[in-house]
Amino acid sequence: MKSIRSLMEAKSELTHGSRSTRAIVLSTRVRLARNLAQYPFPGWAKESQKREILASCLKAVNALPQMNKSNEYLVEDLSNLEKQILMERHLISREMMQSKKSAGVVISGDQSCAIMLNEEDHLRIQIVRSGYKLKEIWKSINAIDNALEATIDYAFLPDLGYLTACPTNVGTGIRASAMLHLPGLVMANQMEKVVRAVNKLGIAVRGLFGEGSDASGSIFQISNQQTLGESEEEILKRLVNVLDSIIEQEENARQKILETDPTKFFDKIGRAYGILSYGHVLSSAEVMNLLSLMRLAVDLRLLPEGTRKLIDRALIESQPGHVQFAAREKIDPAKRDKFRARYLREQFAGLPALNFEDLMN
Amino acid sequence: MLTGKMGESLKCEVCEEEATVHLTQIIDNHIQKVDLCEKCAKEKGVTDPSGFSLADLLTKPHIFTEALHQKLVCEKCGFSPADFKRLGQLGCPACYGYFREIIDPILSNMHMGTKHSGKVPSRSFQQVSMSERISGLKLNLEQAIEAERYEEAARYRDEIEQLGEVTKEKSDG
Repeated sequence: MKSIRSLMEAKSELTHGSRSTRAIVLSTRVRLARNLAQYPFPGWAKESQKREILASCLKAVNALPQMNKSNEYLVEDLSNLEKQILMERHLISREMMQSKKSAGVVISGDQSCAIMLNEEDHLRIQIVRSGYKLKEIWKSINAIDNALEATIDYAFLPDLGYLTACPTNVGTGIRASAMLHLPGLVMANQMEKVVRAVNKLGIAVRGLFGEGSDASGSIFQISNQQTLGESEEEILKRLVNVLDSIIEQEENARQKILETDPTKFFDKIGRAYGILSYGHVLSSAEVMNLLSLMRLAVDLRLLPEGTRKLIDRALIESQPGHVQFAAREKIDPAKRDKFRARYLREQFAGLPALNFEDLMN
Repeated sequence: MLTGKMGESLKCEVCEEEATVHLTQIIDNHIQKVDLCEKCAKEKGVTDPSGFSLADLLTKPHIFTEALHQKLVCEKCGFSPADFKRLGQLGCPACYGYFREIIDPILSNMHMGTKHSGKVPSRSFQQVSMSERISGLKLNLEQAIEAERYEEAARYRDEIEQLGEVTKEKSDG
């Protein structure tokens, strides 16, 4: 069986790709749902049909020039830990982790493109890039879709578009999203207002709010809800308009805090830096929040821009599956928290001190 | 979505535990609110960043009841409206033709429009699925006439004619 170790050790788009011009956008993603015309959807197909679907999709996907250095994994061959890691890297979905037989994923060499086979639909094509690159991603994913279409007969009707297992995806089959880092709006208690306004425009905001706090590191996924009735370009444009407006509001919220109560920022950032540098027991939820504040510190130039890469990588490598994998032996959650703290102490040991000087004057 | 209210503990609408996930979405111009506990939220896929729609949770049951009595079944894959209700997904591409009556109101609730205006595959094998679609519509037409729902029947007749023209154009070209 192919191990995912090579994938863990390779440079990837999300762990090494940070070159964002608009710091608020961590990453952008587009996925297309596609199905073969002549087969039932994976949830209704017989095992023998699923094998045929998998084989013909694999053949088409592996013939793509974009996939010439790809890795291919069958879900049935992966351990739970390996599945968890692929999920933490957004390369497979939670749903895919549950699938038993004849489901797989092909991942490009730089891990920016992942094509899931026999998930909810026969094909789920996904491209993710660090930073704000929706147009570029659409161009790349459209090219892949065109190339696949040359060998695969897609299920398509002129008036309903691409047919998908769930009616929520029918039409364009497109779901575009951005991961936004919004600590300013969270601290200013404005997220609720933003979510309400954005929902009215058919755009969804996802994330988990435990106990009314920003437990998720103030990171939100913003995506289109509807897939039918508008062209791909119109859907992307609508999303971009909303994203631009949220980014502007986040910038304003940060500016306002800096003008009226900068200590609010500085104290949180200073404490986070201290805990990450010297803590000995850190849970993944706590680390999410602390690293979120470190990212804010880079945005405010309290830390050099070069630090952003390290922080974005740590955001992924601090997740439970990644920590377990790095430990190279089975460890319980308590040991994981110690292991995670040691990893972060090492990462933060070489960092320059926070430079509050410029902002305090 | 994400309206964490402090100091006020809401109950999960599925299991009555304390709700920590609060969702708000606008569906068809109506505000829909759902409160869930973390466990049920996970089960419903609410925390899955790759895709979730409140519409899935709130799929209107009345659309199904009528169809359930019609003993409608997809001739291609044997899928029934009862299966759709249970799984929240369709059986095969041809189901879209056979269950048009059930799917149309769902689509108009959930999307910006009911007509695809995006990408079209340049090399498409639409003929096969088109004929399936037409036979599904013919079935609907017969049922509508039988039940004396003439307005509906007229709509199916127009659609069949329209699709017939598309098919003809394709084979001419």
